Amino acid sequence: MLHTVNKSPLERNALESCLKHAVKGSAVLLIEDGVYGAMKGTVKSSMVEDAMKDISFYVIRPDLKARGIDESRVIDGIEIIDYHGFVDLAAKYDKTQSWL
Amino acid sequence: MKFSILVSEGPYTHEAADTAYNFTKAALEKGHEIYRIFFYHDGVNNGTRLTTPPQDDRNIVNRWSELAQAHELDLVLCVAAAQRRGIADADEAKRNGKDADNIAPGFRISGLGQLIEAGIESDRLITFGD
Repeated sequence: MLHTVNKSPLERNALESCLKHAVKGSAVLLIEDGVYGAMKGTVKSSMVEDAMKDISFYVIRPDLKARGIDESRVIDGIEIIDYHGFVDLAAKYDKTQSWL
Repeated sequence: MKFSILVSEGPYTHEAADTAYNFTKAALEKGHEIYRIFFYHDGVNNGTRLTTPPQDDRNIVNRWSELAQAHELDLVLCVAAAQRRGIADADEAKRNGKDADNIAPGFRISGLGQLIEAGIESDRLITFGD
């Protein structure tokens, strides 16, 4: 399953809830304010790094750019994609769950 | 692949209307079919033609209408959500005794069954909201 998260983990618990439900082999795509969850060195970074053992992480490039987050500040191993990549993920996984 | 989209957030609120548009556009560019885009809750505000953003801002409503025209998209506003928020087509305006309608080109008003049908008929249903 593909999970999308559009809230900052520093503001809401959407990402945390998502990671409690996401099973091994699923994917998490960080969009909109959710991209703050992809940043290195925040109080939530270790939560994401731990989850990366079982779950693939992706983040939307234009949403990072809109917030002035340089790609060098993204946690290593999180794949940076564009909207076409988002479409590919939605096609690849049989269901998409949006954590709002 | 056949996609349907659910938009439950109004334009100029956070970013759901923009992300839904960008996703739809990307899916069409990749050759996928968009079976339907259903606007629910505050999402129905994406379908009023009276929207007048500043000239240097994106016009989210017109952008939907133009995409619908270019790709023959089915843009559906939930009737109950639209009634609550003052969005009407000519029939709805007449039926409810209103003096005007305001639905944007390319949109139509219908019931929640259209969302269920989209979920059944499409390979994927993707939700954008707040």
